Amino acid sequence: MRFIVNGEQLEADPAPGQCLRTFVRDQGHFEVKKGCDAGDCGACSVIVDGTPVHSCVYPAYRAENRIVTTVAGLGEPDDLSPLQQSFVDNLGFQCGFCTAGMVVTATTLKPEQLGDLPRLMKGNLCRCTGYRAVEASIRQGVCASARAAEGGGHDDGPGSGCAGICGSDSHGAVRATGKSRASESATTAEAASAEGVASAERVALLTESPASELATVTVGTSVRPPAARRIVTGREEYTLDTAVPGVLHLKLLQSPHAHARVLSMDTSAAEALPGVHAVLTAADSPATLYSTARHQWRTDDPDDTTLFDTVVRYRGQRVAAVVADSIGIAEAACRLIEVEYEVLPAVFDPEAARQPGAPLLHADKSPTASRIAEPERNVIASVHSEIGDVEAALAEADVTVAGTWQTHRVSHAALETHGSVGWLDEQGRLVLRTSSQVPFLVRDELAHIFALDPAAVRVYTARVGGGFGGKQEILTEDVVTAAVLATGRPVQFEFTRSDEFSIAPCRHPMRVKVALGATRDGHLTAIELDVLSDTGAYGNHGPGVMFHSVGETVSLYNAANKKIDAEVVYTNNIPSGAFRGYGLGQVLFGVESALDELARELGIDPFELRRINAVRPGDPLVASHVEGDDLVFGSYGLDQCLDLVESALARDGASLPVPHGTEWSVGTGIAAAMIATMPPRGHFSTVSMTLESDGGYLASVGTSEFGNGTTTVHTQIASSVLGTAAESIRIRQSDTDASGHDTGAFGSAGSVVAGKALYSAALSLKAAILRTASEIAGEWSEGHLGPDGVTIGERLVPLADIAAAAGGTLTASGSEDGAKRSLAFNVQGFRVAVNATTGEVRILHSVHAADPGVILNPEQLRGQIEGGVAQAIGSTLYEEMILDEGLVKTQVFRSYHLPQFADVPVTEVLFAETEDSVGPFGAKSMSEAPYNPVAPALANAVRDAVGARPHVLPISRDRVWRSINA
Amino acid sequence: MDLTTITAIVPARTRADLAALGAGSAPLAGGSWLFSEPQNHLTSLVDLMALGWPSLVVSGEGLEVAATCTFAELAALPDDQGWPAHPVLYQCCTALLGSFKVWNVATVGGNICASLPAGPMTSLFSSLDATALVWRADGGDERVPVAEFVTGNGSNVLRPGDVLRSVQVPQSSLTGRTAYRKIALSPLGRSGAVIVGLLRADGSFMLTVSGATVKPEQLRFDRLPGAGELAAAVEAVTTWFTDPHGAADWRRAVSTALALEIRDELAAPPGEAPPSHYTTDRYVSEEAAR
Repeated sequence: MRFIVNGEQLEADPAPGQCLRTFVRDQGHFEVKKGCDAGDCGACSVIVDGTPVHSCVYPAYRAENRIVTTVAGLGEPDDLSPLQQSFVDNLGFQCGFCTAGMVVTATTLKPEQLGDLPRLMKGNLCRCTGYRAVEASIRQGVCASARAAEGGGHDDGPGSGCAGICGSDSHGAVRATGKSRASESATTAEAASAEGVASAERVALLTESPASELATVTVGTSVRPPAARRIVTGREEYTLDTAVPGVLHLKLLQSPHAHARVLSMDTSAAEALPGVHAVLTAADSPATLYSTARHQWRTDDPDDTTLFDTVVRYRGQRVAAVVADSIGIAEAACRLIEVEYEVLPAVFDPEAARQPGAPLLHADKSPTASRIAEPERNVIASVHSEIGDVEAALAEADVTVAGTWQTHRVSHAALETHGSVGWLDEQGRLVLRTSSQVPFLVRDELAHIFALDPAAVRVYTARVGGGFGGKQEILTEDVVTAAVLATGRPVQFEFTRSDEFSIAPCRHPMRVKVALGATRDGHLTAIELDVLSDTGAYGNHGPGVMFHSVGETVSLYNAANKKIDAEVVYTNNIPSGAFRGYGLGQVLFGVESALDELARELGIDPFELRRINAVRPGDPLVASHVEGDDLVFGSYGLDQCLDLVESALARDGASLPVPHGTEWSVGTGIAAAMIATMPPRGHFSTVSMTLESDGGYLASVGTSEFGNGTTTVHTQIASSVLGTAAESIRIRQSDTDASGHDTGAFGSAGSVVAGKALYSAALSLKAAILRTASEIAGEWSEGHLGPDGVTIGERLVPLADIAAAAGGTLTASGSEDGAKRSLAFNVQGFRVAVNATTGEVRILHSVHAADPGVILNPEQLRGQIEGGVAQAIGSTLYEEMILDEGLVKTQVFRSYHLPQFADVPVTEVLFAETEDSVGPFGAKSMSEAPYNPVAPALANAVRDAVGARPHVLPISRDRVWRSINA
Repeated sequence: MDLTTITAIVPARTRADLAALGAGSAPLAGGSWLFSEPQNHLTSLVDLMALGWPSLVVSGEGLEVAATCTFAELAALPDDQGWPAHPVLYQCCTALLGSFKVWNVATVGGNICASLPAGPMTSLFSSLDATALVWRADGGDERVPVAEFVTGNGSNVLRPGDVLRSVQVPQSSLTGRTAYRKIALSPLGRSGAVIVGLLRADGSFMLTVSGATVKPEQLRFDRLPGAGELAAAVEAVTTWFTDPHGAADWRRAVSTALALEIRDELAAPPGEAPPSHYTTDRYVSEEAAR
């Protein structure tokens, strides 16, 4: 059939049941993304004959003789449409995977529709931003488009023309305070605001650069991501946005049982199906046990997993894989595989799982070889510690409070699902292009599993469409490797959204018992914690999340007596894994709720109670043990964060008006959080910085970009040291062939570890450049490095000459080992109205104060915080994976409610002013942290409003209603 | 998503072409639901859009809506007949979880035939006492009230080979006043309850409870009932259910609350009802909503 895509006449025939999304991708239009493949998320939005549709639910054959327009047809990177420009100007994206659909959809809107954005944009989900920046982008862009259509040309400036509807109201909603630098940040990199310059001045002092370099210090300004213009035009490649010639497709056969032994399997019919190239089963599985979780030290996680096990331990576990010419053939072949199971007793409740007589999941493993503490009790790891005497302290306390809190399963729901494509290169090396936060760790573990030389494996990522901890796992790479090795052919495996819900690990659900004792004047005397974490069928991240969960949540507060009992147990549920906050948020929900209850009992203001008890520099950090001297107060801003939130909540006019009606009641709640700025026991990065022959700079950095913005920050760090513009730094990243080892993008390490290594490399390169320039000039005096070269006296030695003199290129390397870690702080406050009739929790005011040290990129940082708060609002009020005997009932976005445009309030973002002694340029990490205090702050506000305290997440309307009307 | 087991899509141009329907072959209208889930039990689809049914036919009898009428067409139906019930057409479209882009393809018939409790077209046409015209596979025609067309969560009166042709809304409903309420676990989420009141010109009143019950429940009164009477009637409904979009006890309670608001709205003169306490939109200040 004939059809037109972005002005190009095409002729091709779709398969009968094919949707338009995959059909246009077959034509090379990879800018059309898949977030759900079910019409819910909008990432695949295209315009057909002027009508916007979700191309994933649009039958492809209906495009015959029609005109299809994708985001790539709306503008070019060097000629953006008004909406594309607006998404760049307002940083209306982070990972950018939803952006194509956002831009396409917004392009069809008119200025008079802007009041209806919550409804109009409900079919475009963004997991990263929290929508404030998206809304600003749409308002400015729609109005600019209207002006352009009226003949005004490309006028991107805000202001006149739309009677104010496009204006800066979302900016205005973030009230600037004296300490709110980001809220006044530059709207474009080219036009740094006064605040940005002010930050740059402070940075300049730190780096001891001469004042003449100020103009080129980009750290502290809102530089835009290097990929920005490609993202908004659909040109940026994500993992599977590439056509590998001859690629085969892989699908899994999954277990229908929660616990069963595979007695026999007949794959003959599947193998006989035309187009099938391989059927992989336990017979093809290497004997090596491993964990899907990846850490710097592979012994951090239990070795309890094999490629294909003969015992399945959760519904959805892979039993076999088919590699075929198409996904359809692979699926058909999976249906032809006959499996005989012996169904085994299963256990779904974590408390029951550790009781005598419970079905055991991994009793067949060696406790020492697999590192499972008590397989005979389903316990992988535990903490049982006591400092002081908690029982006595509670008995003697003037006031005690106690309670039990339960968190739930949450899906990361990165818009880009897991996926990878692998092949053998000309040298016979295995190459994997994958959606991963940790390409180096994936490479190392694949080499381990398949007994390959790590040098014979290359793993790299394109831009990754969101992570949130979910891509710190090997979920597709192992089976793709097996398929490539078995067939010798390129093989691709892409998770569906339902795979994300039924296979990919979720956030660990935890049962958290807290008891607190205090003196009448509010001093904590005892903290007692009993935590039970459900890691599901496999122990990936189980120990790490459990250990971390009882770390900074407890050490944040001084108390002479602390007792911690925590265990992580196996159940026949879907595996849990790494999730933003890595356990802190779950336990914080209990601790900060209990602290709120204590404040009520004592009649002490909740801010004051935290001021009395929170650690400050000089205090020991005590949880299950006293922290070592690797963890330091590099800077301390908790006091400022508490003050900022307190004054913001008290400010007149800061809150939306209370809704009318007697059934509404109003409450306020806060919570504080502390987090180490990087993971313990080492996080490594070795990077190189090269002056290229053309005088340009290339930074080779191992860490991945998935919307965390580290790539932008890296261009800022390098350019600030090298005295050039951020755009002059090219970044080659997340490729095991391109740089030294990098532990990866987790534990909030992208800026503070890789960034620090890059800072060191750039300093070394600068020294080498100056030295070479001196040699060329024949002068011993050190010159001054600027954007074009080195000035020595009156002479400019061009950068290209320096590279030539150095033999063509000049390279320096730098590394960081994460041996020193700092502490970051966050405080969240909410004012809510709660409806007693419906249980609705309406957020009237959301304010978040953070202590990020020196702010490297104000606009990106604000985005990280807004996104973290939004994701946490989702998991606190709406999102819930519902399981029935291990079967995940919520496998699509229609039944698992991701926050939409309508659901997320604008959060007022405020910053403490501190300078960290550990991080690069005085900065601290700030990507997981904002998520953590949100759930308890909201719960405390609901408690304040209605008198009933939420103990179970999510705080859904039906639960709130029941708690009030019970 | 790709429906990988489909080997043919057959356009239906006449009723006779519907003979292709049957086991393994399903009717296709907009496709927004069919393509949103795996359909591995199907091998072919029969495209109803080729039948060319007029989407909306207004007559003295009322309004006939073809099964293939899209949400977008229905929502844009001009208010040129002076029907007091006209606003409810658009209001019920907004109860669809799918976006306005889904409205561009999703059809009235597809929504009713999916027969999900949260199906807003089931809500709409039940609340207007509309009648469904079913083309039986044997060539016969059958008229069924929409409220009885849906028999349970995902089930209806259609048998293999049957097709929903249209729904007919009687004039007496369109000339009645309607009041609409929807609630979900989130501001614009999938409906936990969709409640519509219809006050006919003859003074009779019907409350339709949907979204909260496995099938629509119509509560009829010969006049606008008192609050207690209405609440008792709602609470006497027995088909509440629990799913990820709300627990049964909550659905019962909020349905009662919404019903009482509807009663108050229709008891007041047109346009003078107090605003709802259960706003379903994002809550923003007037300044921000500007």
